[in-house]
Amino acid sequence: MQHNNKDHATLAATFNVDEPRVNWHDETLWFVRQKRDKAVHILPEWEALRETASQIKNNVLSNLNAYLLQFEKNAQQNGITVHWAADDNEHNQLIHSILQQNEISRIVKSKSMLTEECHLNDYLKQVGIDVVDTDLGERIVQLADEAPSHIVLPCIHWKKEEIGELFHQYLGTPKGNADPQFLTAAARDHLREKFLTRRAAITGVNFAIAETGEFVVCTNEGNADMGAHLADVHIACMGIEKIIPLQKHLGVFLRILTRSATGQPITTYSSHFKQPRKGQQLHIVIVDNGRSRQLGRDDFRSSLKCIRCAACFNTCPVYRRSGGHSYHTAIAGPIGSILAPNLDMKQYADLPFASTLCGSCTNVCPVKIDIHQQLYKWRQVLVKEGYAPTAKKIAMKGMAVTLSSPGIYKLAGKLGRWVIKNLPFMVNNKFNPWYKQRDLPSSPKQSFGEWYAKNRK
Amino acid sequence: MSSREKILSAIKNNQPALTPMPHIEYFTQPFTNVVEKYKMVLQSIGGTVQEVNNIAAIIEALKIQFKDAGRIITVVNAFAEYAEIYTQNDDPHKLDNVDIAIINAHFGVAENGAVWVTEAILQERVLPFICQHLVAVINKQDIVATLQEAYDKIAGTSYGFGTFIAGPSKTADIEQSLVLGAHGPKTMTIFILNTVD
Repeated sequence: MQHNNKDHATLAATFNVDEPRVNWHDETLWFVRQKRDKAVHILPEWEALRETASQIKNNVLSNLNAYLLQFEKNAQQNGITVHWAADDNEHNQLIHSILQQNEISRIVKSKSMLTEECHLNDYLKQVGIDVVDTDLGERIVQLADEAPSHIVLPCIHWKKEEIGELFHQYLGTPKGNADPQFLTAAARDHLREKFLTRRAAITGVNFAIAETGEFVVCTNEGNADMGAHLADVHIACMGIEKIIPLQKHLGVFLRILTRSATGQPITTYSSHFKQPRKGQQLHIVIVDNGRSRQLGRDDFRSSLKCIRCAACFNTCPVYRRSGGHSYHTAIAGPIGSILAPNLDMKQYADLPFASTLCGSCTNVCPVKIDIHQQLYKWRQVLVKEGYAPTAKKIAMKGMAVTLSSPGIYKLAGKLGRWVIKNLPFMVNNKFNPWYKQRDLPSSPKQSFGEWYAKNRK
Repeated sequence: MSSREKILSAIKNNQPALTPMPHIEYFTQPFTNVVEKYKMVLQSIGGTVQEVNNIAAIIEALKIQFKDAGRIITVVNAFAEYAEIYTQNDDPHKLDNVDIAIINAHFGVAENGAVWVTEAILQERVLPFICQHLVAVINKQDIVATLQEAYDKIAGTSYGFGTFIAGPSKTADIEQSLVLGAHGPKTMTIFILNTVD
């Protein structure tokens, strides 16, 4: 991820320079949202499944300590080595030390947003470990030295012609060939060699089952399985919130996950890892990195129910028109905007404001997280804690003075109407953010107050 | 204090009051013919499906579908005349040149077109992923309506590794254009066996 200090609005403005591209991005994601709608509307029990999933996750958060202990015990009995990492740094160091013990310096990794959150690739690169991301979209952004812009569709912001150019440069495909079928085949050959030669594979975890000590990894490409089943060492990384209590709960979550994500009835592969392969090492790294703190926030803990389907991204009018990178955090979109301020209030103070609060995210969320409510609540927390931008603070104070005094309010109204009519350049200039991409209304002759005084008889 | 203790104690302090685990309901499906539903869904996700009466019919169909096949392996003895029998404990990397792999599956799931397979019937975990084309056989009576029923069948069974496979491996990472054959098989063919009882 680019480390810079630009906020969402600034980064979105850059993304918005190319209007046709923004429209294309917007439409592509809306297409995915529509596929989701088709898939869920044919299930009469959809709302009941959402409610059940939500209640299971509520139960998980209320009993997380016990479920984690139960999972650890069962996983160990299954022959899995369980590690705990308090933060990103410990997570990265743990993985490095497992690789060192096995004298491995080249690895494959399938999609894991947790490792993105922990900046594992950067860390491993610094200590001399070669990491190859094997999800096609992730490989594309990795070759381009970028972070994923979407948690399910990592290179949704890339055009096929650009990918063709990238592959020409790095994989030696013919210049000008931008056929997705051809490019995918080229990546398949390129990555198969990696699967066959890497001795360690890192995967994420979609669900970890306390009852059985197994974990489930979902992919469409089969890259998690190709990596894990050919490697001597498999390391799976999970946040503490990935736990579900019972195996049969998978029957609920796997019914809603992919329908919400891409509109498929299920991912091509839903792989259940319970024991290491004969002669193989299987490690799980359980990571906190601020999650236990979020668990203690009454207003925001339900963000930990998230199953990372990205339905809230695809439906969000702000995400679709500003792009994932404008969120400057590993998990973008509406859910990312309520997770990130927990990690660093100052750095991510802008994100809860990157929303219209339209509530579409909440409507599509398969585990019923009240995302837009939490965005609204974060705004209040951030302002109270002093993290609002200065211009906004001054404007809000000005508004408070004006709105609390009828005399000033009337005067300000009159002045405003007069300025819009007679001196429009005073307000329609680049110093007024409201005017950006909006037209000024025509100035009314009188205020509602004046009209009412005249007409009430 | 170790990180483990630190994390667990922070969770204990911060987790809210216990809420009950919900009762899991089973839902009546809008379809009754699970076999027809299974076929329809599998085809919609890029799979091929055929009903047959015996193994001989499968071999015949495979000979037509994969005329120029390279290495064909199986873990099902009934296919010995058509395919090389794979023996476990060999180096899984050697499966890289497999063109077609023929396996049995425990059962199918009508609502999503998936089949459930475990290590015991695969012999080698990577087998259904590394081959270019995957062929799986299920018995006609072994198709359940939903994933929830599938987990009732899985409950209590033992496996080191198990997976639901729903169609050929795929990706739409390049501009949402669907491409079959990402890292795993480019095709998946399911034979539904009409068993005589």
